[in-house]
Amino acid sequence: MFDLSATELSAAIKAKKISVAEAVESYMGRIEKTDKSLNAFITVSKEKALARAAEVQGRIDGGETLSPLAGVPIAIKDNISVKDIETTCASKTLEGYTPVFSATAVERLERAGAVIVGKLNMDEFAMGGSSETGVYGAVRNPWDNARVAGGSSGGSAAAVAGGEIPLALGSDTGGSIRQPCSFCGATGIKPTYGSVSRYGLIAYASSLDQIGPIGRGIGDCAALLSIISGTDEKDSTCVIKEPFDFGGGFPDNANGLKIGIPRNYFGDGVDESVKKSVLAAAEELEEAGATVGDFEMPLMDYMIPAYYIIACAEASSNLSRYDGLKYGYRSAKAKTLPEVYRLSRSEGFGIEVKRRIMLGSFVLSSGYYDAYYKKALQARYLIKEAYDGLFKRFDAILSPTAPTTAYKIGENVGDPMKMYMGDIYTVSVNLAGLPAVALPCGFDERGLPVGFQLVGNAFSDGILVKAARVYQNRTDFHARKPKTGGEAQ
Amino acid sequence: MNWETVIGLEVHAELSAASKIFCGCATTFGGEPNTRVCPVCAGMPGTLPKLNRAVAEYAVRVGLALNCEITRHCKFDRKNYFYPDLPKAYQVSQLYAPICREGRLTVVADGKEKSIGIREIHMEEDAGKLVHDCSGNRTFMDFNRCGVPLLEIVTHPDFQSGAEVIAYLEKLRETLLYLGVCDCKMQEGSLRVDVNLSVRRTGGEMGVRTEMKNLNSFKAIGRAIDYETKRQIEILGKGGRVYQETRRWDDENGVSYGMRSKENAQDYRYFPEPDLLPIEIDDQWLKMIKGSLPELAHEKRERYINDYKISEKEAFIITTHKNISGLFETVSELSGNPLESAHLVTGEIMRLLNQTDTLPEDLSLDGRKLAALVNLVSDGKINRNAYRETVEAVFTRDVIPEEYIAENGLMMINDDEAVIEAVKTALSENSGAVADYRAGKEKAFGFLMGQVMKRLGGSGNPDMARKALKDALK
Repeated sequence: MFDLSATELSAAIKAKKISVAEAVESYMGRIEKTDKSLNAFITVSKEKALARAAEVQGRIDGGETLSPLAGVPIAIKDNISVKDIETTCASKTLEGYTPVFSATAVERLERAGAVIVGKLNMDEFAMGGSSETGVYGAVRNPWDNARVAGGSSGGSAAAVAGGEIPLALGSDTGGSIRQPCSFCGATGIKPTYGSVSRYGLIAYASSLDQIGPIGRGIGDCAALLSIISGTDEKDSTCVIKEPFDFGGGFPDNANGLKIGIPRNYFGDGVDESVKKSVLAAAEELEEAGATVGDFEMPLMDYMIPAYYIIACAEASSNLSRYDGLKYGYRSAKAKTLPEVYRLSRSEGFGIEVKRRIMLGSFVLSSGYYDAYYKKALQARYLIKEAYDGLFKRFDAILSPTAPTTAYKIGENVGDPMKMYMGDIYTVSVNLAGLPAVALPCGFDERGLPVGFQLVGNAFSDGILVKAARVYQNRTDFHARKPKTGGEAQ
Repeated sequence: MNWETVIGLEVHAELSAASKIFCGCATTFGGEPNTRVCPVCAGMPGTLPKLNRAVAEYAVRVGLALNCEITRHCKFDRKNYFYPDLPKAYQVSQLYAPICREGRLTVVADGKEKSIGIREIHMEEDAGKLVHDCSGNRTFMDFNRCGVPLLEIVTHPDFQSGAEVIAYLEKLRETLLYLGVCDCKMQEGSLRVDVNLSVRRTGGEMGVRTEMKNLNSFKAIGRAIDYETKRQIEILGKGGRVYQETRRWDDENGVSYGMRSKENAQDYRYFPEPDLLPIEIDDQWLKMIKGSLPELAHEKRERYINDYKISEKEAFIITTHKNISGLFETVSELSGNPLESAHLVTGEIMRLLNQTDTLPEDLSLDGRKLAALVNLVSDGKINRNAYRETVEAVFTRDVIPEEYIAENGLMMINDDEAVIEAVKTALSENSGAVADYRAGKEKAFGFLMGQVMKRLGGSGNPDMARKALKDALK
């Protein structure tokens, strides 16, 4: 069963070869066994999942078609609200907070018959690229437990790659779906901004956040994305009219696909093994019929600063509501209202979150707004324009997802700048609101996965999915599995 | 050298839209605490605002009525600050692209016409309320008011006196009421006025201004302006310094005191609200809103004077409140007699409102009944006394006029014989007065006329009675 893709598992359930409860229980067993080493889950909601399984089984037995993911166990990143299940964002601040409503994406998945088994570990409030900053400890890479899973959706990628769950929801603000996919050898989609409702996603940076799937292969991710995408009256920034329809089938060629490669993405600071595997992926697609050309990506020096200014500015405001008054953590030492604010927030937030709140508050403060925030918006506009120009020439831009493979836990914790530089290939995609797929394309000399991303024009998610299907049809990197538990190799 | 007062106003008008600005919760005043809340207006993590388009329409209506420029591509911004009544710790407001800009409102104060500049009108969400318990140890949060839509109407510092401020506020209130966008109840806080005031030597440099809050009536505003003007002149006269601060008006004691200093003013870290798309007000939408604009008070006045030939004074009284002009228009239309209807509304109805302490906003009268009465009196079916009596009965007890008149025998007596009979009896029983009249005392005629009408039970036709009396006395 663990060899089946999510859609295959659903088909087997519909064909009565496996029951929903069996599927859920089997995966629960895997979680129980391996999560001690992976630490991918924050909450496992076994009873609720089994009750849901029975309900979904009833609907399937009653002849309801539901969806290609009916009966499939899935897990949700812990910054996405699930009604009646504690949702913590891996922060002490949200300790004990249980939402009274579910995110739109979660509602749609449940309506489609998916069974939620738990909530996944992450960087605190999705701020980080290593899933080490959360209050529940670091997520460990299934390929090497001494290494990070990437972040911030590290729990999602590790759980999928480690075989604990066939499919998961993550969120991507500056690379938080793609980079952990790259580190863990999973497949993910960062959808076009405005194609998946953000309602119920606990905001980090509202103009950049987008929910997306992480799975073993592109087929499962596409199936999930077509369920959660589409207009939502609760989110006015969700502007897509219809849900995505990626169709089925596995095209065997990429004829007519024009791929661009930013040659300046392959300079110093990029692992040789990463360069090699990513360029090999480009060749693979070229062999499948795509044309490949290279170009110089402009504005590279502006991407990281613009991203961190805008993301932190929005975060400083979004996280203001955690004031210790209404829910979550309140300092027991506080005696006055200012103390409730100051102590609850000082004790409740971790160091990285505090760093970003301070940075964001600074760039928005009077006298600095024009010098930082406004400039960052201008840079963002220019980046968007540059992409517009590129997509007149190319259908997709192919690049590494991250400059390196997974590093050791603790290795970069004390060096935020180094950590931020790891986002160099991913953040501009969010600034421009574009879609991207992240796919595994090889291993480095240590046996750690390497990934690449394909970035497309806004709402061309379908083109990217098709290209990814061609690639995964011709390769098996996505199907390779770490030894269970991932003890150092 | 003389002192000059410089005043600018910020008026917060709570919009009477049925639902809140960013969610579907009801906006009704009051209610059990926290019963009109949902995850969105309570600012729960992960929730998102969704603009109620009626709010933008209301704002545009006000902008058009105040001759503003409408911002066709307008945006929301976040104003960040911590306070327990603000669950998101930011207020969604408009700073960089408010929906209306640069308008004017002309007012008349101290007999002079003055044009007040409107700097901007912006939309924002209201905050909740804190309720302190009697012991003073505990404070409760009530989020019912969170997300109630507000318009903030900001003027340029164009006022020089309390009289000008009151004239502006009266005109603004009248406009908001006619537009149907705000019920303007200062006591319930649906109209809140903050006064920014400074003084300077005539023609000199602008002084430091203070902002005054907690002004719950026009009267209080006038008093607070006088107090603050005097206070600042006194300080400056002694060579002191006025500090920029927010002051709270205590109407009971007639004093204000400083609340917080703006010297270390809070930095609100405004930035564009990323959860909402810009509002595009296209030609079609604007045209629709323009088309739905109700007639405003001054337009009504002109129409009444020009088309109905109603006196300026009456036209003014009728248009002091939307409900009064509404009643006038119904009665006038149904009776086809605007002049008599105007007399009725400005005379009897206003008298009864005063007498019963009824506010115009609580006025609910059946225009059809009053129109019927207007017709009865102008057709000579009832006389003035009967008319007044029946109007009062309609006003106080909502009687049916025709029934009331019949039951009380108020129909006018147009019967020649009955009138002549009444004259005869009156003359024979008041020979003294008859003699007086004949001796040239004109006053005696009035007395005799009264006697005749009395014998007709009050419903005699006065013209007929007068003629018969004159004939009999010849």
